[in-house]
Amino acid sequence: MGAGHAHPLHLPGTSPVHRLPAEVKIVAAFLVVLCVVATPREAFGVFGGYLVLLAAVWTVARIPPGWMARRALIEAPFVVLAVLLPITGGPPHVEWFGLALSEPGLLGAWNILVKGTLGVLTSLTLAATTPLRDLLLGLQRLHAPALVVTIATLMLRYVDVIVDEARRMRIARISRGHDPRFLWQAGATARGVGSLFIRSYERGERVHLAMLSRGWNGRMPPLSQHRTSRREWLAGLTPVAVALTLVTAGWVLS
Amino acid sequence: MSTAPDPAATTVEPTPPPSLDVRRLAFAYPDGHQALYGIDLTVRRGERVALLGPNGAGKTTLVLHLNGILTPGRGSVAVGGLPVAKQHLHEIRRRVGIVFQDPDDQLFLPTVGEDVAFGPANFGVTGAALGARVDAALDAVGMREHRDRSPLHLSGGQRRRVALATVLSCEPEILVLDEPSTNLDPVARRELAEVLLGLDTTMLMVTHDLPYALQLCPRSVVLDDGVVVADGPTRELLADTELLRRHRLELPYGFSP
Repeated sequence: MGAGHAHPLHLPGTSPVHRLPAEVKIVAAFLVVLCVVATPREAFGVFGGYLVLLAAVWTVARIPPGWMARRALIEAPFVVLAVLLPITGGPPHVEWFGLALSEPGLLGAWNILVKGTLGVLTSLTLAATTPLRDLLLGLQRLHAPALVVTIATLMLRYVDVIVDEARRMRIARISRGHDPRFLWQAGATARGVGSLFIRSYERGERVHLAMLSRGWNGRMPPLSQHRTSRREWLAGLTPVAVALTLVTAGWVLS
Repeated sequence: MSTAPDPAATTVEPTPPPSLDVRRLAFAYPDGHQALYGIDLTVRRGERVALLGPNGAGKTTLVLHLNGILTPGRGSVAVGGLPVAKQHLHEIRRRVGIVFQDPDDQLFLPTVGEDVAFGPANFGVTGAALGARVDAALDAVGMREHRDRSPLHLSGGQRRRVALATVLSCEPEILVLDEPSTNLDPVARRELAEVLLGLDTTMLMVTHDLPYALQLCPRSVVLDDGVVVADGPTRELLADTELLRRHRLELPYGFSP
């Protein structure tokens, strides 16, 4: 906490949801998404239930729905695919304002749209209530492969350093009159990307050297000593219990 | 038979082994380039020594031998009496604290506190002892209140001091500083010097910043073309203009030691 790594998907806060350990939230979000995916697509009401569940979590975490909705727009490219399905799908067709829409296509589109949206909203809820470095902490506690956690930790630290380096190189190019407006002028930019790659690679070697010098032996030291209590697990898994009830209801009713 | 202590054993203090003992060290890179031709260098405990030399003299190559990153072609290195060899590598790396030139290479964890804890955690310090080490190291460099910040949001001088703390927390036998004054503004430079003068750790400072060497290190060693060409009191070496000229070292304009 207080790591100063603000990311646009995070909404700092002190609600009970924010305070839950990251690994509890990661597991809960994963299980909720599994429930959503396992729900039969014709169980329309159940999907409404999931939305209510998420809205309840947002209320507890004090996340404004509008804030969430704007960030959910990252899903837009996938929606395009869903829109195509009713037009390109097979028979039987239904008539709608003079358009012949494929019925299986419509159902398929609904399936993608509703499950995709709920999945995105669940992930966004996790991201909004968990700082990046706590996510790493959660992964480490969930025994994610050490190499993955190490790489993610280094990425978190160096992405800004590299972005800054790229910015300085760009300013230096522009200062010498470079003005890439057309595709055939992009050569210098491309070479810039190449040299940025080499610089980052060399930095990687130097960082590795510095880590070895401080006795690194391939394992990251634990980032925190805090132990997650049973009560925290119970609190975090309550929404999962609701989701499980919903998916069961979905199968029984359809 | 007797439980009374032997008087000779209690009165005679064994002289501690030198913090750094480099003997006839020679090294050639795999491409055949010979970087070091038989270096002899002894640094006694508590000494502060500047290692001077122009670019390409072999300073960095020598530094990488001190903690076993590079393995000598011939000769030997010992730190506090312990030879640098594969079976002691972990302990050697605790004893030799290298502060690298670019703090961004050294500080790789999300927060200052975690980075300072990284070294001691690798050497088996845990729990409250680890926290105490971190606090002590950050206090020594005057950065305690920045413990939970990201290194990204610190100034160049602050970053350099945190990089120093990440090594101090390992409680090294010898501190090795690679060009500590590069990219620092005059104030940050002075602040770092004050921090370094306040430490009683043995120090080897690699630099071509001659006034900084004079300020911090009573003794200097000049390295050029892979051999030690001079070793003596810093002030005397810097007064020898012929020596400096021969080895591409130069005092800043208007400076006389």
